[in-house]
Amino acid sequence: MHDKELIKELQRKALLIRKYVVDSVYRAGSGHPGGSLSIADILSCLYFHEMRHDPKNPKWPDRDRLVLSKGHASPALYAALAIAGYFPVEELKNLRKTGHFLQGHPCMLKVPGVDMSTGSLGQGLSVGVGMAMAAKLDNKDYRVFVILGDGETDEGQVWEAAASASHYSLDNIIAILDRNGLQIDGHTEEILNLEPTQWRWRAFGWDVIEIDGHNIEEILDAIHEADKNDKPTLIIAYTIKGKGVSFMEGSLSFHGKPPSEEQYVKAMSELNQAEEELNG
Amino acid sequence: MVSAKITEKMRNLRDGYSSALIKLGYENEDIVVLDADLALSTKTKRFGTIFPDRFFDCGISEAHMMGMAAGLATCGKIAFASSFAVFATGRCYDQIRQSIAYPKLNVKIVATHAGISVGGDGASHQMLEDMALMRVLPNMRVIAPADAIEVEDVIPVIASEPGPFYVRMGRADAPVIFSRHNKFRVGKSKLLRKGGDITIISTGTVTAEALKAHDILKKDGIDARVIHMPTVKPVDRKAVIKAARETGAIVTCEEHSVIGGLGGAVSRAMSEEPVPMRRIGINDVFGESGDAMELVRKYGLSAESIAKNAKDMLKKKKE
Repeated sequence: MHDKELIKELQRKALLIRKYVVDSVYRAGSGHPGGSLSIADILSCLYFHEMRHDPKNPKWPDRDRLVLSKGHASPALYAALAIAGYFPVEELKNLRKTGHFLQGHPCMLKVPGVDMSTGSLGQGLSVGVGMAMAAKLDNKDYRVFVILGDGETDEGQVWEAAASASHYSLDNIIAILDRNGLQIDGHTEEILNLEPTQWRWRAFGWDVIEIDGHNIEEILDAIHEADKNDKPTLIIAYTIKGKGVSFMEGSLSFHGKPPSEEQYVKAMSELNQAEEELNG
Repeated sequence: MVSAKITEKMRNLRDGYSSALIKLGYENEDIVVLDADLALSTKTKRFGTIFPDRFFDCGISEAHMMGMAAGLATCGKIAFASSFAVFATGRCYDQIRQSIAYPKLNVKIVATHAGISVGGDGASHQMLEDMALMRVLPNMRVIAPADAIEVEDVIPVIASEPGPFYVRMGRADAPVIFSRHNKFRVGKSKLLRKGGDITIISTGTVTAEALKAHDILKKDGIDARVIHMPTVKPVDRKAVIKAARETGAIVTCEEHSVIGGLGGAVSRAMSEEPVPMRRIGINDVFGESGDAMELVRKYGLSAESIAKNAKDMLKKKKE
């Protein structure tokens, strides 16, 4: 059992991430709210409890790494990094704006706290394998987290990397699959069947843990279990695309579209209400 | 002037690569080497035998290899990633673009089996557009050494300069033209022959043919300047413009498509001060199977062909 206050605090942080996602994408006039909202709880657990990192020292060699392989969820990552203190939260208002540093997709050269530039799907797990291997070479105990989109695993390179991670017995890599069931063109199972997801990964030599990706306790437990494994671990996080905003939940249309003004007001009021209830 | 001459001595550039890698491996623990199931052909396996912990044969998965190299580089490693030129560039262009060039990571892509002289394997394996692909990437620097000695000069330099590099070499043994090691500087050309009538600019192992072409032209009373341009990007613009001004005509030669490689880089450099120029290379066609040297001749990369083209340009200059 986890401390109730901790759970509540991480839920609060997740809500805050969600608010910044909606706000920054609305202000940007473009971006990907759906897949950002689905990973808010996961990022909250990672950046505000699980990961060893230091916002004052973003390049700390011993830090845990995070590769957001589904780079289009950058609004959620930026929100987490800003809340953690890597840069002022005011900067989130400048997402995707000319001359500002928050690029549409994460750029490690421009944004403090971003461990790898991503955006072209399918590449992050390979990078994670390289980072995890570097830890082994240097006898360091940092962990490497890679957040994958489910649609992203259509890409063949993901499976090259999956084979590589187990070949090298990289027990310090934890991949989290944002299994929200939707990709741009439709339901993942209609576009290109991904099931049986867990058995595919097990066959590639990974341990697999299945959780509700919006349940803080389950996320924390899964990471602790993954830490004990002597294999690379995939956490299949069943999530809801657009989670937290009623009209975005399970909606295909908010994959890569910002809310209208009216929708923005409604979304923010829903999130504010959720915050009040949580603090209630 | 850098001393260079045609000798009987032949050496494989890949041997230069593996010896340079091993030397680096002893000197620097951060050197890691990746390959994609061609380690015996690229000769990275020799490094792997001595430093098994720092050698990763990724299997036949070039895309993953580039990503893994990038990940290692984010953690302070100097990653050399090798395969055949056709797979090391075209196969994983997007991985190089997104995961290496854009984040400016310390990955050195060293490709072998570039060019028509791959021979028997034919067009599928004869990479003729790799320099073009790598040249257009911001942050990427492109190098084609002339012989095994120069490879040994290039490898430690690119290891010590942060950021991505692409180095290409062929499969075949090539004449050793440099009798001793020279200081290699990224972006600096090497003047091998003085001359005022015309300039031959070459890169890679074709430079040996350029030197022979110089001698052929000499017999006809033509004084050709020969510039070896190991760095195709950034090209030595100063040397190109100086040659254009002083000799009034230029011939480039490379074992690569005439589009996007050395010829492209040189034409761009002199576009504001044009003089007659001809690009010798593969003329926008795929290769074919055959004997390496026969193919080099067939596709116009022999000394005789270079000399003939130089004479054409000389005529143009006088017109």
